[in-house]
Amino acid sequence: MNRQSFLSRAAGAAVRASFVAGALTAATFSANAQDKTLRFAFQGTLNALDPYSLNETFTLGMLGNVYEGLTKRDKDLTIIPGLAESWETIDPLHWRFHLRQGVKFANGNAFTADDVLFSAERVLADGSDLKTRIPADSVWTKVDDHTVEVELKTPNPILHYEWDTWYIMDKEWAEAEGATKPVSAKDTNPGQAAYKANGTGPFTIESHEPGVKTIFKTSADWWGTVEHNLDGVVFTPIASDATRVAALLSGDVDLIEPVPVQDIDRVNSDPNTEALTGPELRVIHLGFNQMRDELPTSNIKGKNPFKDPNVRKALYQAIDIEAIDKRVMRGLATPVPLLIAPQLHDAADLKRWPNDVEAAKKLLADAGYPDGFSVGMDCPNDRYVNDEQICQAVVSMLAKIGVTVNLNAQPKAKYFAKVLAPGGYDTDFYLLGWTPGSFDSWNVLVNLATCRDETGKGGPFNLGGYCNPKVDELAKQIVVETDTARRNELIQQAYKIMLDETSHIPLHQQSLAWGKRKNLDIAQRADDQVLFYWAKLN
Amino acid sequence: MFAFAIRRLIQAAGVMLVVALISFLMFRFVGDPVNQLVGVDTTPEQRAQLREDLGLNDPVYVQFARFVGKAARFDFGISYQIKQPVAQLIASRLPATLELSFVSAIFALLVGLPMGVYTGLYRDTLLSRLFLAISLVGISLPTFLIGILLIFIFSVNLGWLPSFGRGETVSIGGFWTTGLLTRSGLVSLILPAITLGLFQMTLIMRLVRGEMLEVLRTDYIKFARARGLSRRAINFGHALKNTLVPVITITGLQIGSIIAFSIITETVFQWPGMGLLFLQAVQNVDIPIMAAYLLLIAFLFTLINFIVDLLYVAVDPRIRLGGTAG
Amino acid sequence: MPYFTGEESKARAGVAAGDTAGRGAFARMLDSDIWYSFRHSPLTIGAAIVSLILVLAALFAPIVAPHDPFDPASISIMDSFYPPVWSADGQSGFLLGTDDQGRDVLSTILYGMRISLAVGFASVLLAMMLGVTLGLVAGYVGGVTDTIIMRIADVQLTFPAILTALLIDGVARALAGPQAYDEIVFGVLVLAIGLSFWVQYARTVRGSVLVEANKEYVLAARLIGLRPVTIMFRHVLPNVLGPVLVIATINLALAIITEATLSFLGVGVPSTQPSLGTLIRIGNDYLFSGEWWITIFPGITLAILALAVNLLGDWLRDALNPKLR
Repeated sequence: MNRQSFLSRAAGAAVRASFVAGALTAATFSANAQDKTLRFAFQGTLNALDPYSLNETFTLGMLGNVYEGLTKRDKDLTIIPGLAESWETIDPLHWRFHLRQGVKFANGNAFTADDVLFSAERVLADGSDLKTRIPADSVWTKVDDHTVEVELKTPNPILHYEWDTWYIMDKEWAEAEGATKPVSAKDTNPGQAAYKANGTGPFTIESHEPGVKTIFKTSADWWGTVEHNLDGVVFTPIASDATRVAALLSGDVDLIEPVPVQDIDRVNSDPNTEALTGPELRVIHLGFNQMRDELPTSNIKGKNPFKDPNVRKALYQAIDIEAIDKRVMRGLATPVPLLIAPQLHDAADLKRWPNDVEAAKKLLADAGYPDGFSVGMDCPNDRYVNDEQICQAVVSMLAKIGVTVNLNAQPKAKYFAKVLAPGGYDTDFYLLGWTPGSFDSWNVLVNLATCRDETGKGGPFNLGGYCNPKVDELAKQIVVETDTARRNELIQQAYKIMLDETSHIPLHQQSLAWGKRKNLDIAQRADDQVLFYWAKLN
Repeated sequence: MFAFAIRRLIQAAGVMLVVALISFLMFRFVGDPVNQLVGVDTTPEQRAQLREDLGLNDPVYVQFARFVGKAARFDFGISYQIKQPVAQLIASRLPATLELSFVSAIFALLVGLPMGVYTGLYRDTLLSRLFLAISLVGISLPTFLIGILLIFIFSVNLGWLPSFGRGETVSIGGFWTTGLLTRSGLVSLILPAITLGLFQMTLIMRLVRGEMLEVLRTDYIKFARARGLSRRAINFGHALKNTLVPVITITGLQIGSIIAFSIITETVFQWPGMGLLFLQAVQNVDIPIMAAYLLLIAFLFTLINFIVDLLYVAVDPRIRLGGTAG
Repeated sequence: MPYFTGEESKARAGVAAGDTAGRGAFARMLDSDIWYSFRHSPLTIGAAIVSLILVLAALFAPIVAPHDPFDPASISIMDSFYPPVWSADGQSGFLLGTDDQGRDVLSTILYGMRISLAVGFASVLLAMMLGVTLGLVAGYVGGVTDTIIMRIADVQLTFPAILTALLIDGVARALAGPQAYDEIVFGVLVLAIGLSFWVQYARTVRGSVLVEANKEYVLAARLIGLRPVTIMFRHVLPNVLGPVLVIATINLALAIITEATLSFLGVGVPSTQPSLGTLIRIGNDYLFSGEWWITIFPGITLAILALAVNLLGDWLRDALNPKLR
């Protein structure tokens, strides 16, 4: 009793102290607020500035403040004109893009059709991580200085869906800087484009120290309508969750991403800060290795239990996703039945298998594993929201049906090196998250669910090698189908097959959680890109 | 003296060569360098070509010689992760770590020394016991916990000091950035320097105390007392002077270990120095940075050791030059 | 090392040291000034009692602890984040509350302390055996052997303990592969920490040996034809055991903290089988959100453990140093 009252008194004192501190820091930092510089901290670092080096949400988002694509996406992710003012499909195989006139790169060069053709060639070149942005066999021709035509070998109704992150570079600048090829890791003399940027966007990069600090300045003569009121942005990577939250609370930064779910209440309870949350389009799922004839990490020899759909379903039903979302995610996640977020595809009558430990035990026993089995699990520990904690919860839930899971949680660099193609897809059971770059189901199917061989030909992120020719066939039909209703029906068919045979275990859609000072207004887009041109400091 | 210096120099070179070998073996055999460099879609032919280009097919001793030759010219290749020359990366991070380390060392010395003298002179007073208790708690609490607690109290709850980073820095001569010349740079230093220096502070305090206790028992202090010199003159003129040599030596030797321990402090405070770079490299298996960092730390240590050895000989002629008693 | 042949000599070293130093010295110790100073230092007695309680609690964790936190089937995520039992939302089954996975914090601390102490003791033992042996050999044999050993010590000193440990851990991780690594992580930690601490013993022992070796009783022993190994372990070693014991005690605290630091940096034991350091790392994420008990209780335990051991080390050093009495 005594101790409790002492603790509550101590907590009260701390709160009072932080109120005083709030007033103090506000005074200290008001000078900074005057010059309208947004101070932003993210958990990861911004490395190379070459826009084709890395196909990763954060890097592309940051570069999206400096560079622009032919298309852009609005706050609600609808496709809007970017460097192309308009476009039309002459026939299913011919697209024509009308480029915006009077646009200038940061170095003063004019933006023309030559830059688009150059960028198309460069994004397909060796070392590019964004080769999937345009079909390799497409033919690009310049009609005039501000018109470009694309000729395709097969129809593709979603050709331009990912072009908002295919940034157009200046041909003359790239040639002058010796950056005509994308900077890949194997270059021993990376071109200047790795450290400099020259785009058409609303901001320019004044200085860039990877892992330390990047300074953005507002570009004076941007073509678009300016919505922000910033003079510039200072970006600092802060890896430690606690330090990042502390930096926001103490007023050292205006915006942080992400706020750990457990700290959202604290950020909201501070009079000067608040959390900005919303559904993210990323879906977290578990996958099984269904390609190997024997799982190296399992005690079952001579066969692979995951090849049996009933075993996969047993594991599915043993996992109580509601409990995970309530406790680990603190309500900031929504269970999903499919590998795609409900905002992007309506699951309709497809529902999750219910959580039922008894049914799971029976399925396992019927499959010939009444005493369960053991298996190793790979899990990242710094990639998704509370990824390691989710895996740990899964371990204890599966233990209750007799499946002993040996968890191997690692930093994302090591995790991806092991489970992706360069590591030979070395995993038996794993957790992965996926956001379709095109915000479309075809991307999900072709990356996560179509058959692949050992080298990764086929579904490159289908780590477990799930393979059903019917799904492959449907994916082929979906990509060329131009009738929306028919297309949705095909997509639904594919998802139904995957659900019925438990190809994966979809877990949940995680939430975005940014933390900001209250004097900052910023639009939060569901794809988690941080775009400064929608920020206002009051 | 000269011969002694030469001998120590050769030994130091030998030490560096061994460290270079460790660093090279790590670079060459921990993980496949080719796999680290290329992407998913690289063909076996391209891999073989790259292997040839990198000289990975040469005999190991040739590769080692090349590694040492390059290291001597500060050429450690390109970071796998950040894609900049490693030497350039380290050079840009070095000032942050060195400034933090020196400020910590000075803090440790300025606080640890008086505390040590006091506890040595007045062994049984309450304050002495308090200092000793604090020093024990200081070495019993892990650095990372101290850092987190300091942030929690002074940044979050009180809002007095910045919670991370170096504040504003000023560039000097294009190769050195300093946080010592701006107000935000100076206040940013306080918490990390205390966190990093606390352990050394307790070390110095306990060392000074021990030395003081020993010296105060020596005959010549007793004689000084017998001669009727004032307490003050004895304590500070004689006793303290005699304890200073080992204290300064140890502090000097500790600078290297402060630099290494800054890994933890820099992680907690997001201090943009070499330690943070190294830890990120360890997490991302960025071997070129790891190898270069090890060599650099080893070099600093060997250098400090070498200087301390020479100083010893210069200061104390009784130390026999070389050879061992056995 | 001309006087040693692998395992046999190591075993002999242990036996010989145990014989003379152990029984003889211990008996002497009881009626010595040391025992006297122990009885008259309440702080030391307190530290000894606390250490004993903690060691026993860790040793008998499976019996003492109310839950088994390492058995995934027994923990439920729905039990997570309960505060300590005296708080408003506390649950009677969980005295110190539960962590993010629903594990009982008290049980996890007890089991975690087991790992921390085991790693600590084992690595100190490794460092001691290695350091004492090399120090004896270097000091007694001298010449080239001495130079080589001491130069290796120099190289080792070049790398601070935490760096050596990070390095060994990283290399083991890369070589063993992640799954196999989890099985050998205990050994790797012991090796990583043990190898970083041997130099101190070697230097101290060598220094003492240099002094002792020229004393008359050693010369006499040599003259009557005793074998060098016998002389070293029977006559020289007991005389240097004092400082070695002091170093070992202080190193034990350091080893426990080093293990915690490694685990905090994420390269130690996995979070499914947490040590105290891992627990603090996990709890650290929840410090700001109000779930302070997950990190504070293991933190306090670690601090008390290290403090008690350090106090013992302090006392031992002062007691064994006749000049200070």
